[in-house]
Amino acid sequence: MRKLGALGIAAIFLIAAMLVSTLVGAADLNPLNTVAALADKIPFVHLPSGLSPLDRAVLFQIRLPRVVLGALVGGLLAMAGAGYQGVFRNPLVDSGLLGASAGAGLGATLAIVFFGAVGPSAVPPAAFLGSLGGVAVAYLTGAAASRRAGFGDGVATLLLAGIAVGFFFTAVQTLVLQRSAEQDVQTVYNWLLGSMSGATWQQVVSILPYAAVSVVVVLLHGRYLDVLAVGDEEARALGMNPAAVRLIVVAACALATASAVAVSGLIGFVGIVVPHVARRLGGTGYRSVLPLSLLIGAGFLVLADTLARTVLSPAELPIGVVTAVIGAPAFVWILRSAQGSRT
Amino acid sequence: MTALAVQELTVTLDRNPVVRGVSCAVAVGGWLSLIGPNGAGKSTLIRAAAGLVPYQGAVLLDGADVRSLRARERARLIAYVPQEPVLPPDMTVEEYVLLGRTPHLGYLGSPGRHDRNVVAAALDRLDAARFAARRLARLSGGERQRVVLARALATEANVLLLDEPTSMLDVGHQQQVLELVDGLRRDGGLTVLSTLHDLTAAGQYADELVLLHEGQVAAAGPAAAVLTAALIGTVYAARVTVVAGADGRPVVAPLRPRPDTGSRG
Repeated sequence: MRKLGALGIAAIFLIAAMLVSTLVGAADLNPLNTVAALADKIPFVHLPSGLSPLDRAVLFQIRLPRVVLGALVGGLLAMAGAGYQGVFRNPLVDSGLLGASAGAGLGATLAIVFFGAVGPSAVPPAAFLGSLGGVAVAYLTGAAASRRAGFGDGVATLLLAGIAVGFFFTAVQTLVLQRSAEQDVQTVYNWLLGSMSGATWQQVVSILPYAAVSVVVVLLHGRYLDVLAVGDEEARALGMNPAAVRLIVVAACALATASAVAVSGLIGFVGIVVPHVARRLGGTGYRSVLPLSLLIGAGFLVLADTLARTVLSPAELPIGVVTAVIGAPAFVWILRSAQGSRT
Repeated sequence: MTALAVQELTVTLDRNPVVRGVSCAVAVGGWLSLIGPNGAGKSTLIRAAAGLVPYQGAVLLDGADVRSLRARERARLIAYVPQEPVLPPDMTVEEYVLLGRTPHLGYLGSPGRHDRNVVAAALDRLDAARFAARRLARLSGGERQRVVLARALATEANVLLLDEPTSMLDVGHQQQVLELVDGLRRDGGLTVLSTLHDLTAAGQYADELVLLHEGQVAAAGPAAAVLTAALIGTVYAARVTVVAGADGRPVVAPLRPRPDTGSRG
């Protein structure tokens, strides 16, 4: 019951966040007309909205794709963070783990510096491949190392391999940047801080298949993450194959992170903070933490993006800065209240 | 009838033979306890029987080789309780015991009403129902051990492998837990293979003892045959006296080495 209630609250939060974000912005859209125009899109509903053609263009070609893309990105990052926290039995890891962020950063940097002539269209696929590549290298290195060492259950080795791979990729990226034109450095820097300002329906469509696959796979494995919480050995005694589950969930989370990063750049904090909010709301079982993270992360990023594009309007703040500025104090507050309830 | 049999079991860890050619068997509803000094191979033998470490030889369940079973099938027949179970601090008792249903659920299945009933019965049986909603971090030592046993019970396995079930408990809670396990095998027909470091308790509760020494069987049989001052003196390098307790079972009491022969200079 608690789980259903929490899911309801999270869903209402997401819908409210999307509505607010759709209505707020430089071009003033009449709220009633906007809602009517949105309802008009529902099959079998016909409502005259009274919006001018310009307003309609702002609504359907600028605001909505950005809101929807923000929700997708936030949901994917938060769910991937929660999934990693379960797989690695560690509440401190987030979606950029295992070389995912560093790989994406390197991929985007290479695309901007070497394929800048092709235009910005080379960046998302490069970031996507870089992110997946980073995780793959980290995972294979970590798995090989823990097999050779033959100790523990490989979780710590995997995390350490991720850190090593991350440092290596970042070093290569720094080297490339140091030797490239100032203008490229500026572009890379902007990308690294994250932005949703170029959101289009085409971007939404391009990441939707990956998003769908990763969400379905991760949500279906929630129960196994609960079993993993008692450690590999006891999970095996219960008839489960921890290594296989870990590989499946890591692959799905890596896909989720890569899809998000490809269209938004590096947005920190969502993947680590949101799962903790989800736990406070619906308990620690992963069958509720995962879907709650998906919904809350989506709503959180939509709100953060609304702030990013309105606070300094007409200029925009990097969304990564907004999520960190809100996320850091929120995180401290959550940790404090969690401590309080524990003692 | 034999429920669990171990035949010529050898386990090699890091090129060290930890268990060497051990054979033993437990009858249905019986309790066999492994005893022996630290490093004798007791826990490794239990872990091999649970299918958690590779081994040579055979583990037979009702006469059938365990290796022919799939992991989930094995987990439905043999429940394993490690010496130091991992208890995720924020998980509730009920969620934790529900993990015991894992081997009964399909790959993408989720626990249903029957599973929750089994969990409720297990909690009831171990007198843990009243703290079912409590978080694991807030349990006392005795409560923890009961919750861990409840999870093992929720698997509905007939064979219980217990690695030092009382190592973290005071003498009163030790007795409580051992009485509970004894009750489970008497009422529920469970077969128990355990390790116990407390020799007197091992003699009081197990039908049969197997004394391991450096990975091999040094003695096996009923308590009176295994718990002798001479055997314990050799295997543990300890000076003990063994007297008959009120129930006729041996009571092992350590003696201080005499000052003239002792290690204190």
